[in-house]
Amino acid sequence: MAAGLVEVRGVHKAYGTLEVLDGIDLTVQPGDVTVVIGPSGSGKSTLLRVINHLEKVDRGLISVDGDLIGYRRRTDGALQELKEKDVLAQRTRIGFVFQNFNLFPHLTALENVIEAPISAQGRPRAEVEVEGRALLERVGLSDKADAYPRQLSGGQQQRVAIARALAVKPAVVLFDEPTSALDPELVGEVLDVIRDLAATGTTLVVVTHEIGFAREVATTVVFMDSGRIVEQGPPAQVLDAPQHARTKAFLDKVL
Amino acid sequence: MSTAFLSKDVVAPDVADVVVHDEPRVYAARHPGRWVATAIVAVLVAMIVSSLLTNTKWEWGIVWQYLTWPSVLSGLWGTIRLTATAALIGFGLGTVLALMRLSRSPLLRSVAWGYTWIFRSVPLILQLLLWYNLAYLYPQLSVGIPFGPSFASFDTLSIIGKFGAAVLGLGLSQAAYASEIVRAGIIGVDQGQHEAAAALGLPRGRQQRRIILPQAMRTIVPTAVNEIIGLVKGTSVVYVLAYGELFYIVGVIYGRNLRVVPLLIVAGIWYLVLTTVLTVIQYYLERHYAKGALRQLPPTPIQKARWGVGVAWSRVSGRPLPKDLPPGYGRNVSVLVRSTLIQRQGEI
Repeated sequence: MAAGLVEVRGVHKAYGTLEVLDGIDLTVQPGDVTVVIGPSGSGKSTLLRVINHLEKVDRGLISVDGDLIGYRRRTDGALQELKEKDVLAQRTRIGFVFQNFNLFPHLTALENVIEAPISAQGRPRAEVEVEGRALLERVGLSDKADAYPRQLSGGQQQRVAIARALAVKPAVVLFDEPTSALDPELVGEVLDVIRDLAATGTTLVVVTHEIGFAREVATTVVFMDSGRIVEQGPPAQVLDAPQHARTKAFLDKVL
Repeated sequence: MSTAFLSKDVVAPDVADVVVHDEPRVYAARHPGRWVATAIVAVLVAMIVSSLLTNTKWEWGIVWQYLTWPSVLSGLWGTIRLTATAALIGFGLGTVLALMRLSRSPLLRSVAWGYTWIFRSVPLILQLLLWYNLAYLYPQLSVGIPFGPSFASFDTLSIIGKFGAAVLGLGLSQAAYASEIVRAGIIGVDQGQHEAAAALGLPRGRQQRRIILPQAMRTIVPTAVNEIIGLVKGTSVVYVLAYGELFYIVGVIYGRNLRVVPLLIVAGIWYLVLTTVLTVIQYYLERHYAKGALRQLPPTPIQKARWGVGVAWSRVSGRPLPKDLPPGYGRNVSVLVRSTLIQRQGEI
């Protein structure tokens, strides 16, 4: 069975008085590509960030493959907050790709990719290096293994970042607007990599403004507004025949 | 301008030493103000040098004689030992304090804050004298269980001598400043780096050591070396404990032979040497931590010198330029013109 079942149940998250996530329920099936769209400030990025516990939820539960994220169920049914060490271990099952890449600038592309498998998973360097080079080849950067991030273009950096996220063999990979910081002509190369990844059956959750990409690759499109999921379904339904006026209004603006 | 002028054979980019002919001559811009300023400064420098050489009261012979005097060298060693030990304590403890200040535990945060508050507020000379008088407060120091039995105890005086008191005073007060420097470095690292390290699940210690601190070093190194240079000279305060460092030793010598100025110059020269060595170390440290932050590392002074000699030699001898010369180095004006032509050709 493919791994990567993500369940989000009744999640609330507020910054001060602003409800960023206002009761989110979402199930991502293993192998699915879920594309989250919606206006800025609708809570898309926050949703991704709570899934790998970069942000704590105020209420609600999140699990990946049945394991609660950030908490453990005690025998008396109450929740026990996990130690940081255990949260970090959980994160190796959830890849995260940032809008601004966030590559480590003082490490080469290969060093960026092999850092987590070595230090977070304790795997032998020799083995990880072979895999790392294979991953760089997969994103089309086999010749850039020894380049530093600042010597690469934005699109190349983001592809290294994707290779880095994949190096820990995560069950699910979260993409937070992976092409928003890129020049228009570089968007394609990053989307190609994500498209290939989707074809291999890796579970993906992608926050993006690329509607065309959503239509082509998504199994499910989720439209969010004001911290809620307004509607979700196959792209043909949500993008071409939206049920809600807000979805329609949003799509009219971006298409 | 004809297009033949811009043809490929004229702009062949590989040979920097080939003189290109049909190019316009280039005259440098004139800077009369700069010449006047240079002349004024040159006269002032000449005056200073001449007075240093002609005024016999500087007694350069005595300076030269005492520069390598055995007791002066032992004082120099004392200064180096004090500086190195205090810097180690200072930055070691300072890093710990900085991480405490950034920790999530309110107790650790307040203790680190309190430490910095006290040690930055009390003058160094007062701290030194206090540490030297520790034996008055606590004649015995013992190792054991807190509030419980002790396993071993020592005479305070036998552990904390002059060197101990000096190192404690300098190191502990340095730690207060160092912690702020390290903290500034850490919070200066982009928040995205902290997040990426956390999102990858790197163990917390590894996040700091491998990801955050190396990046923080870029801001830490210049200020830290500044502090250590301050420390080199700060050790001179330790003369109040009559510890045999450079400043105390020259004081003892001129107290006997009354050659005050030459001996102060001797100490000054050695402080200058120490500072110079630290400055060179700083250059290479900065270069090391610039890895990845710059697209291309700047050449070291040694490389520059080697290339400079290579270029000069090729001009004199007519031999080709050294092979490892980076592009654009040692370019003369005609090559500069040619490179702009290459650019223009690219535009066309």
